[in-house]
Amino acid sequence: MKLTINGEAAEFEEASFSVSELLKRKDVKMPDMVSVEYNGDMLDRENFDSTMVKDGDQLEFLYFMGGGQ
Amino acid sequence: MNLTEEQIERYSRHIILQGVGGEGQEKILNAKVLIIGTGGLGAPAALYLAAAGVGTIGLIDGDTVDLSNLQRQVIHFTPDLDKPKVQSAKEKIAQINPDVNVNAMQDLFRADNALDIIKDYDFIIDGTDNFPAKFLINDACVMGKKPFSHGGILRFDGQTMTYVPGTASYRCVFDSPPPPNAVPTCSQAGVFGAIAGMLGTIQAAEALKFFINKGELLTNRLLIFDALTMKFRTVNVKPRPDRLNIEKLVDFDQAACDLKQS
Repeated sequence: MKLTINGEAAEFEEASFSVSELLKRKDVKMPDMVSVEYNGDMLDRENFDSTMVKDGDQLEFLYFMGGGQ
Repeated sequence: MNLTEEQIERYSRHIILQGVGGEGQEKILNAKVLIIGTGGLGAPAALYLAAAGVGTIGLIDGDTVDLSNLQRQVIHFTPDLDKPKVQSAKEKIAQINPDVNVNAMQDLFRADNALDIIKDYDFIIDGTDNFPAKFLINDACVMGKKPFSHGGILRFDGQTMTYVPGTASYRCVFDSPPPPNAVPTCSQAGVFGAIAGMLGTIQAAEALKFFINKGELLTNRLLIFDALTMKFRTVNVKPRPDRLNIEKLVDFDQAACDLKQS
């Protein structure tokens, strides 16, 4: 499947797997610290395991940034 | 309100600018902006808003100027070390533009004073350095129906979004504060000084756009940039009614951040 992640193309051999698996594959070290937008909607964290990505999906990984001072 | 001759000269580059003009400049002169945190983001935001002639600028920060602040907090100078940040900032604003009325509050923005403080302002800028404060600002502005600009920076990255009542809030993107110490702060991970200026001036521009009512605010969009590649992206975000229903303000665990290092 071909996905678009943060605006960039990504290709995987599998036809589908979970958002949690995708975070692992993309080497997201602290998945608890990322918000995921899936095809335009923010995904609730408890649905990372059950949401299956597939060809053509668009995802955004949004990270906490707490600085400012 | 009639502009004086000196004001016409001072603000001439705005007045001749299509989209601002004398009318827009008058709106700016009547504007009231609260800047929460007078550090990396608040410093450049305050400088540009003062230069632009924002009528009233509120500053709230409990800290004093530390030597490690001067790498990016451009409103504070070396002779200001140990001075309250709001006092240091107030002095610079007075030098830049004596038109500006400054309310300097050497205090922390807390659940018990948040609504009372924001009620006197038309637009709020989040220039804080920790998640408890960022979520509190979001919640207070959503509850108090106040437009605000969220800003966050870390290492070489920055992100910002603007909220006006009815649009997506910070909570629509990030539902709740991360566990304490799960996300590094700038004092732990470092921050490239110039990005504080990049982000803080974007926040100032959003505030000014709100007052002149021109263009498109960063509403329902999160702007993200990486200064290493100098790539900017905006990600569309949708309002989520379940996260826009704020009934109560709370002080989140302050241990999540390293306040004294701010």
